Amino acid sequence: MKRFVFVVAVLCLLPVLPAVAQPGDTSAPRTPWGDPDLMGVWDFRSLTPLQRPSALADKAVLTLEEAATYQRERVAALNKDRRTGDGLSTAGDVANAYNEFWWDYGKELTDDRRTSLVVDPTNGRIPDLTAAAADRRADVRDARRRDAWSPVDRGVSERCILGFNAGPPMNPSAYNNNVQIFQAPGYVVLFNEMVHDSRVVPIDGGPHLPAHVRQWRGDSRGHWDGETLVVESTNFTDKTSFSGSGPGLRLVERFTRIEDDTVLYEYTVDDPESFELPWTVAIQMNVSAQPLFEYACHEGNYGMANLMESARAVDRQTAAGGIK
Amino acid sequence: MRNRLRTTIIAGVAATVVAVGMSFAVQPVEGQQGYQAPRTADGMPDLNGIWQAVSSAHYDIEPHAARFGPVVEMAAHGAIPGGLGIVEGGEIPYRPEARAAQQENLQYWMERDPAIKCYMPGVPRATYMPYPFQLVQTPEYVLLAYEFASASRIVYMDRPDFEAPVDSWMGHNIGRWEGETLVIDVTAQMPDTWLDQSGNHHSNSIHVEERYTALSENHLMYEATITDPETYTRPWTVSLPLYRRIDENMQLLEFKCVEFAEELMYGHLRKDPDLTPSFRASGHGSDRQIALEPPQ
Repeated sequence: MKRFVFVVAVLCLLPVLPAVAQPGDTSAPRTPWGDPDLMGVWDFRSLTPLQRPSALADKAVLTLEEAATYQRERVAALNKDRRTGDGLSTAGDVANAYNEFWWDYGKELTDDRRTSLVVDPTNGRIPDLTAAAADRRADVRDARRRDAWSPVDRGVSERCILGFNAGPPMNPSAYNNNVQIFQAPGYVVLFNEMVHDSRVVPIDGGPHLPAHVRQWRGDSRGHWDGETLVVESTNFTDKTSFSGSGPGLRLVERFTRIEDDTVLYEYTVDDPESFELPWTVAIQMNVSAQPLFEYACHEGNYGMANLMESARAVDRQTAAGGIK
Repeated sequence: MRNRLRTTIIAGVAATVVAVGMSFAVQPVEGQQGYQAPRTADGMPDLNGIWQAVSSAHYDIEPHAARFGPVVEMAAHGAIPGGLGIVEGGEIPYRPEARAAQQENLQYWMERDPAIKCYMPGVPRATYMPYPFQLVQTPEYVLLAYEFASASRIVYMDRPDFEAPVDSWMGHNIGRWEGETLVIDVTAQMPDTWLDQSGNHHSNSIHVEERYTALSENHLMYEATITDPETYTRPWTVSLPLYRRIDENMQLLEFKCVEFAEELMYGHLRKDPDLTPSFRASGHGSDRQIALEPPQ
């Protein structure tokens, strides 16, 4: 009797094995309750630019040789440890104030050697902005060129309201291109390291928030389409702009685990008020062995106070007839 | 006679052994009041959901009567309600100099409370702030996503030896199950956070052991034992129930309060600080626009 009890107890301690994939499936891993398993820390850094460089025109994919050359030259050009002795201008030298050690923008193209992350339109470029969106963008540029009249001039990432790579949509940028995905029945959570933001996506949840309730990261709803998680987000504010988008943005993101260590992340920007056409991006996310770190952006934002202090100091000197 | 007694005793002992053996077989340890939460697909107590404290602890975790608030114009809305407190035993066992520091914090709390500036609140304060939070359980992690300031913390459930690589505002969180109870060890917290709005404070040495136990389908019991020899003379515990937010289509909303704190923190550095009095008088809470036009 005791031995039977012991065996039963041991069997109950064994981890629940993943469900066997259905015939015809690509045998992607499954959560314990049977949804496709997207869980893990995913690194979406990439050397591939968002838009195809105009010099590459209709060339959608590089050959192995071209890719190797491109990577080498681009990494050298972006190296923040370059100084005027390496042929960099003085302004460039100052702009490289952060040493290379701090940057993590990616040193490799996507595995398929695309020349842009934009896959539609096929020219690899974001469609033209509408007149309204162009005006909005001009206002933002004017604000950025001003000498920090208020924190609003500096943009949402310098204010530590949103991360500069987290959107939504997510785009590779300077560093911390990390997202950790958590799943429980009825929910997927996209936890972006920048800025410690858990985007909780209800699966087959109710309707979106009322139209007048707007949020910085919009309002997300998800559902499964076979192996793919589809997340639709609306209810954006007019205080953010992702590559030119506006409050009418309807963003559709797709997450598919194409290999054990790779998630394909695609997003479509549907915003006819801002862009002449919808456009789609595909980004490769690679599994990371590292944990996320807390990105306490606002708590450590000495930059905002310092740059505003110095802007006001310049104002005072200018008023006193000093700096011209 | 002796043989029959001996047989009876042996039978009785054997029966007890079998009974004890069976009780250790597959039954989980029962919760505090006998309630057992349903199980997740991987066999753990299911604490998934959106939870919120209903309490005045966020004002002051020690028992207190109602008192004046700091802003005259807020009048009744800005006054501090009374509370029974959530400190077991009623009083935080401060070292004398730490109590003196708390009293000074209380006097200057509007200038000193880090959460007023939308800094992340730390643990345990995040649990009983008057905003919901969502608990998401996976086989390897528990994620706690707080509405306030979008603060989040990842609890590692399968890495008991993972030491904190660095200090953080929401701490380094290592979790485990003890029967029905989720136990989380929180270390390496920044010393900058408070325990409430009344200046109750701690040092970088603080170690918090949290315990979450389901009392019913819609209630958790939350306990947090705080150890910090630099600040207190002994470990002490806060405890309060947490309530499931059962509202239809309940979801966390954004409370990205950095925007609301910018005028306080940087207003004196704006190009036209004379705008400040007009902002305060506007009375409009949403979408306050900071003027971008130059002063004429």
